[in-house]
Amino acid sequence: MHDRSDLSSPAPVMENPVGSNGSPNQLTTPLEMVRKKRQEAIWQLFDEKFHTDFRITVGSATCENAAGSQAVYDRLSERLKGLKGPRVTIGRVGCAGRCDMEPVVNVISKGGVPVKYVHVTPEIADLIIDNHILKNKIVEEHSMHHVEGVGTRTRMLLVCDGSACKLDVGPTVSYLREKLNKSGIGDKVTVTRSQCKGRCQNGPVLHVYPDDIEYQQLTPEKIDQIVEEHLCKDKIVASLATKNNKVSNRFIPFFGDVHFFGKQLRIALRNCGVIDPESINEYLAVRGYEAAASVVQMDRAKVIETVKQSLLRGRGGAGFLTASKWELAAVQKSEEKYLICNADEGDPGAFMDRSLIEGDPHTIIEGMIIAGYAMGATQGFVYTRIEYPLAIERLNLAIGKARDYGFLGKNLFGTTWSFDIEVRLGAGAFVCGEETALIHSIEGFRGEPMQKPPFPTTSGLWGKPTVINNVETYANLPAVLLDGAGWFASVGTGKSTGTKVFALAGKVRNTGLVEVPMGTTLREIIYEIGGGISGGRKFKAVQTGGPAGGCLPESFLDTPVDYESLTAAGSIMGSGGMIVMDEDTCMVDVARFFMEFMVDESCGQCTPCRSGTKVLLKILEKITHGQGTMEDLDKLVELSKTIQQSSLCGLGKCAPNSVLSTLTHFRHEYEEHILQHKCRAGVCKNLFHYEIEADKCIGCRLCAKACPVGCIIGNLKEPHVIMTELCTSCGTCFQVCRKGAVKKTTEAAR
Amino acid sequence: MSTTTESIKMNLPKEVQVLAEKVLSRSNPRSFLIPLLHKLQDVEGYLKEEYIAEIASLLGITKAEVVGVASFYNHFKLTPQGKHSISICLGTACHVKGAGFVADKIKELLGISEGQTTADKQFSFVAARCLGMCAMAPVLMVDGKVFGSVTPEMVEGILCQYGYKGGK
Repeated sequence: MHDRSDLSSPAPVMENPVGSNGSPNQLTTPLEMVRKKRQEAIWQLFDEKFHTDFRITVGSATCENAAGSQAVYDRLSERLKGLKGPRVTIGRVGCAGRCDMEPVVNVISKGGVPVKYVHVTPEIADLIIDNHILKNKIVEEHSMHHVEGVGTRTRMLLVCDGSACKLDVGPTVSYLREKLNKSGIGDKVTVTRSQCKGRCQNGPVLHVYPDDIEYQQLTPEKIDQIVEEHLCKDKIVASLATKNNKVSNRFIPFFGDVHFFGKQLRIALRNCGVIDPESINEYLAVRGYEAAASVVQMDRAKVIETVKQSLLRGRGGAGFLTASKWELAAVQKSEEKYLICNADEGDPGAFMDRSLIEGDPHTIIEGMIIAGYAMGATQGFVYTRIEYPLAIERLNLAIGKARDYGFLGKNLFGTTWSFDIEVRLGAGAFVCGEETALIHSIEGFRGEPMQKPPFPTTSGLWGKPTVINNVETYANLPAVLLDGAGWFASVGTGKSTGTKVFALAGKVRNTGLVEVPMGTTLREIIYEIGGGISGGRKFKAVQTGGPAGGCLPESFLDTPVDYESLTAAGSIMGSGGMIVMDEDTCMVDVARFFMEFMVDESCGQCTPCRSGTKVLLKILEKITHGQGTMEDLDKLVELSKTIQQSSLCGLGKCAPNSVLSTLTHFRHEYEEHILQHKCRAGVCKNLFHYEIEADKCIGCRLCAKACPVGCIIGNLKEPHVIMTELCTSCGTCFQVCRKGAVKKTTEAAR
Repeated sequence: MSTTTESIKMNLPKEVQVLAEKVLSRSNPRSFLIPLLHKLQDVEGYLKEEYIAEIASLLGITKAEVVGVASFYNHFKLTPQGKHSISICLGTACHVKGAGFVADKIKELLGISEGQTTADKQFSFVAARCLGMCAMAPVLMVDGKVFGSVTPEMVEGILCQYGYKGGK
């Protein structure tokens, strides 16, 4: 399992290059078959892509494309065509997670810290070619380092912060910083604390990038030696150095962006933003399909046992032990068994599954082969959203390639087992994320959930035993097998092992996709990775788990993210949406918003959910209109509890969660709406009004012209006045005023 | 299925017909109802009643069953749509970043509400629950093209790219 001939090692060992016409090599095992294909892939890639001075990668995912990455890619490709001088290759990669900085272009040169350019336009692309590529001069002002204000560094040092082993690495970090300063290279090297990497017996651990060298069990003496020899003289301290041979988290050298990635641990997202999602060869080069090839030779029970040891739990949110689910289906006697990948990512505020499929589709396929083999599936389905056209396209392309390579279809990997995957599309119904509804939808019916039991593992698709796992769960599986179930179990907390991917969005500075070990606190995610609240505003709440989740206030920021802790705090892990809200968000309005969503998306089968959510919405609307009473709050709680207890499916049971969590943590806002007719965030239209500040108004008449109801009066060059009684609080004047003279007033109007 | 492909005269658009023929030879043809509806809507823009009847008889189910499925899913349209389709994302991230104001602006400019089509059949306006591009919130999508970080002031300019000439 320690074959090192892959992307991170400089030269692959090749005995038998592509298409060798020598003696026909009898392939004896699936693993040998995959390894041979990998050698061929690497050989080809080295010829085509990596044997160059520079490698340029351009982000290509739905968001990147929307930000204009295609025009940038086209410009770069065009410029490279006639280029004389350095050898350069260009490729597309999936989303690495820096959504707020797109389009992102990464320039990787041998042995150097990668340089990331952000908000790239075709004009900036020209600058990159003219300066960085042709003159080896980094275009500082457009680099991510510059934008983030940290300056360009030649090396990045990551000290594992010991959250799992409870080691205090503070003194180690201080000593290291001191030593770097004494040696005069303090400003050339970045030192960051990183998340626990699961090397707990050997702490404190130091990773040196871009060299990708790891030093373990640090002592002051070792630090002296490392700084003096490795960092000052570029001589790796061979006697102390070890190399990371895991498939997880090995691409920090490619990401370059240590402030965002240092605190992360990438297992599911390990290849996203690094490899070309449309190239099976690039996936093979990073040990792709090796886990599946090993698995199909193992005893099924042994596969289940191995995954069980990793304690991997369902990443869709409920957190059921993945291997136990397989086991339930494996023991069923049936000619046909089905495996489904739930990629119906309906939670508003979530885009983990989309990014995973767009960035690394082969990982999902490989995960499905592993799961399918373990449970004895005859056919697999990926159920995804029609709203994700690029993900669908890449997934279909990847499935086709995997078939061509003999990894899917009849007698895959040359075994006696046959298994294929088909993509089925939803049509815009949130409830289809619920597994029994999803099954109905694949069967061609309305996506209405069913009473459980029987569970799908007994009677699922067309009444046959069926296992449904989430996209991220599948993405973890190859890594669990290659890096070891024991290692996986050592990451995270005791009951919640491994990592979780979150889609970080809302009022946070760095919006994007992050993957952190379970047990990382909300504060670390929002402030250390997310960079805090955007626009200098104040944090108010973080919403996790989508419409079925809850909102947590500042006092809960130190809650570790794992299944149990989030549930105890009154929210849920959910599939991974994480929306940050600031003081401009009204929590009553948020509850109303989610309830409106639930009313729209309730399938209508059972009364508590169909009618209950409607009544909840009515009460919430009454409150946001300033007509609520204190009794309404009691009604909200009582009705919520009834809905929770009596709804048929998970959607209904969780529907009132947003009301209950906002009532628990932000009751004062409800009371203000009711008692003072005040919406402190200035969101609820009846509860604030606009005023013009006379000293700022220059009387330009812009607002008066724009006002749709004509309620602004005043002469040219004289301060204007809003006639509050006619105003509809539409906010047009607020938006058009160039002097900032229109302000929202939340004090009781009228 | 008692029917065979030969015995059915299909009156469907060609692309839908090609898929329908494939589907009938598969096991569980009913499970292809949603893919067939997708294909039909791709080609025709909406689900025409005569085609719904055709698909129903093809799969050996009633028209009511097909309409039952079609009306359950938001994506399917049973009435003709405008030339350009505008979706405003009203997911959580977009909501907290002010998508509501953007939606108001669109409604004001086009003079229609969510789910409606302008009288000149140029624009249809729908509210999407989440387009999954939360990092660029608020997000607006016109004919599949995504516009990120949209403000109410940007709306008119975007619509003009699609032939909006100002209505007020």
